[in-house]
Amino acid sequence: MQSRLKTIRWQGIATPLVAVFLALLVGAGFILFVGENPLTAYRILFMESLGSVRNIATTLQRATPLMFTGLAVAFAYRAGLFNIGAEGQLYMGAFAAAWVGFTFTALPRLIHLPLAILAGMIGGALWGAIPGFLKAKLGIHEVINTIMLNFIALYLTDWLATGPFHGGSWVPETARVSASAALARLYPPTRLSSGIYLALLAALIAYLILWKTKQGYELRAVGLNPQAAEYGGINVAKNTIIAMAISGALAGLAGTEQILGLHQRFIVRFSADLGFMGVAVALLGKNHPVGVLLAAILFGALQTGSAAMDRLTSVPRELITIIQALIIFFVAADYLIRRILRMKEEA
Amino acid sequence: MDTVLEMRSITKQFPRVLANDQVDFDLRHGEIHALVGENGSGKSTLMNILYGLYQSDGGEIIVRGQKVDINEPRVAIDLKIGMVFQHFMLVEPLTVAENIVLGSELRKGPFLDTKRAIQEVEELSQKYGLRIDPKAKIADLSVGLQQRVEILKALYRGAEILILDEPTAVLTPQEVEDLFKVLRALRAQGTSIVFITHKIKEVLSLSDRVSVLRRGKKIGTKATSETNEQDLAEMMVGRVVLFNVEKKPAEPGEDVLYLDRLSVKDQFGQVKVKEVELGVRSGEVLGIAGVEGNGQSELVEAIAGLRKTAGGRVFLNGQDITDWSPLKIKEAGFGYVPEDRHRRGLVLDYSVADNLILGFHGKKPHVRGGVWRDDKAIEENAEKLIEEYDIRPPVASQPARSLSGGNQQKIVVGREFTQDPSLLICAQPTRGVDVGAIEFIHKQVIAQRDRGAAVLLVSAELDEILSLSDRIAVMYNGQIVSVMSREEVTEHKLGFLMLGGRLEDYRAGEVNGHAE
Repeated sequence: MQSRLKTIRWQGIATPLVAVFLALLVGAGFILFVGENPLTAYRILFMESLGSVRNIATTLQRATPLMFTGLAVAFAYRAGLFNIGAEGQLYMGAFAAAWVGFTFTALPRLIHLPLAILAGMIGGALWGAIPGFLKAKLGIHEVINTIMLNFIALYLTDWLATGPFHGGSWVPETARVSASAALARLYPPTRLSSGIYLALLAALIAYLILWKTKQGYELRAVGLNPQAAEYGGINVAKNTIIAMAISGALAGLAGTEQILGLHQRFIVRFSADLGFMGVAVALLGKNHPVGVLLAAILFGALQTGSAAMDRLTSVPRELITIIQALIIFFVAADYLIRRILRMKEEA
Repeated sequence: MDTVLEMRSITKQFPRVLANDQVDFDLRHGEIHALVGENGSGKSTLMNILYGLYQSDGGEIIVRGQKVDINEPRVAIDLKIGMVFQHFMLVEPLTVAENIVLGSELRKGPFLDTKRAIQEVEELSQKYGLRIDPKAKIADLSVGLQQRVEILKALYRGAEILILDEPTAVLTPQEVEDLFKVLRALRAQGTSIVFITHKIKEVLSLSDRVSVLRRGKKIGTKATSETNEQDLAEMMVGRVVLFNVEKKPAEPGEDVLYLDRLSVKDQFGQVKVKEVELGVRSGEVLGIAGVEGNGQSELVEAIAGLRKTAGGRVFLNGQDITDWSPLKIKEAGFGYVPEDRHRRGLVLDYSVADNLILGFHGKKPHVRGGVWRDDKAIEENAEKLIEEYDIRPPVASQPARSLSGGNQQKIVVGREFTQDPSLLICAQPTRGVDVGAIEFIHKQVIAQRDRGAAVLLVSAELDEILSLSDRIAVMYNGQIVSVMSREEVTEHKLGFLMLGGRLEDYRAGEVNGHAE
């Protein structure tokens, strides 16, 4: 029995690993197709993303927002909710953090920075709680509402940053956040910020909430079997709202980190789908906080290495997008992978 | 009678279990052969091997004197073997006729010859006395009729050997009777039938011979006329099984539960419970008998707070608990074994330990400081209940999904009973549970009664109602028809009332000598 449990756990890790391997394999075919040596290309990809401290720092910098959005999607998923709205929650959190950052400039750093971070969390949490509330009270599916709220958040922040809070320059962005609200740069000249600590802390807290608290027991029960949860005296509606609020807060932190760490101002449409990438990261990470961290680092590494690969070989950087898509494809097709693994076992 | 089928020394090894250990089985022409055993004893495995879904690791199969190698269902079908599964394999939006001819459709040019399909199905249904409308859509049929379609499907493919895998598990008592009539008619026409079940009553009323499996081994084959309930149960379980729960006379006290003209609607707004007035006293078991669908489920869910009431009041220990939240009702001293343990009673992907605290997960000692889980206390609680309620395998960390039905039910029973609730509702407490576990659960119910709990038992099994209850209420069409003491009740009288008869008429009938 014990060994069977181990097998299940092992399989949980095996599927994503095999998926990554298969994606790189198919990617190698594309590299051959453009007339390059896959080994060379992949060596550059690896060295440029993880081959030096500086490259690792860049990789982590790119991974940080994906950690947050991945956690956001995974957390909601554990409660049986599919949060496609991380992108919108990210923008709302980002704007809230920026607003605190450039408005209360007289505050000391010790108060200003935590306040800005808190604002980012609240902005995302409220934006996430709306579809949670609509699902809990009216039964409207969260996928529909989170998608619609993405557009609302996008256009709302467009208007805020170009209208009432426009920074005055010719670029569509707000004023800079004051230094007292900015996250420290950890390894200049890379732009890795202390937001990475925040991401690790968020993963730890998400893990503790889900598996070590009464609240987590209720959230996961609602996700696995809402009717049994209701029978067990669990308030399904309340837990739906809580799950979406926490998920939104995590997505809001992604935006917060980008604003207070990377850009230090709110730039219109800065995200470029970080929220949607969160879905992929959560999927690859099997909706587990540790898996999400690893998956985010992988995606961060691929993005970091792709620029160098593009520069040093004739392999276009779009290849990395293909590889990312293939990873998702193979993870989603885990039935196929389990068959391959079983065939190997039998052979 | 000639033997049409023989399985010799069949062995099947699954990764961790020996599902069949040198099992011999034979089937005679025109007999109904019951294959019985507890869950996991290897009955279905043996028949799946015969139907070509599994390959055996040893042994041989002889059909009509020929040694055969059945490596896929196609071969079995060609050998005129048909199988009806517990979970039907029907295409719901298609009609009965379309489903029956599926795979061997009649064509008229490039088109389906629907007319002839309907005609052939009509002929078939007349020949075997299986009445059905060939033009009806599957989705509109009751479970009993869908099963009839499955049987017709097998017959349409020429089956002379028919295997039915636990066919009564999904049927109401009335549908079971209909099915038995059909099977007897098929037997009369020369069809040989293997009937898999774990219900002993069914074996005795239907079969000609019976074979018993236990843990993958065949224990024996007997003529049904030469065996009895006690004997079969012992063969299945491997020890003496008590059918009649030993109990002292009840010592009822005050009303613990009192329903004051309670009305409940279903999700479609239909009134399913109509002004029910009923009291359950401490120290007694009140059984509610009735054909399923007469409002029992809605009644129980309304008491539990899982369904809003549409009128009337619910009192628990004198306190008005109408429309309280499920949690508040639970905390007021309410234990509940729901009728569907998969849908309501368990989170199947949670471990046994986590399931054993469902509903009490927010209470001490499972939580520290109102926030943090106390994993050690949860583990200790699990160890204690696993031991007390004999949950097997005794592994607290295993997901509930991987346990047998009987052991899953013991999780629910253990969790609810150990709280010593003042009101206990048991809805279909032994559905899909095997003989040994039934005995155990029944004993526990009586122990709760003797402790002083008020027990409300809802069951579709008349035997269960009769053997456990101190008083019996009959529910028909949303109303409690009558409440009688156990002594006043006979099985016949219950049957009469359950089908909508009135007590006055029953008495009048007795006087005139027509009732018995």
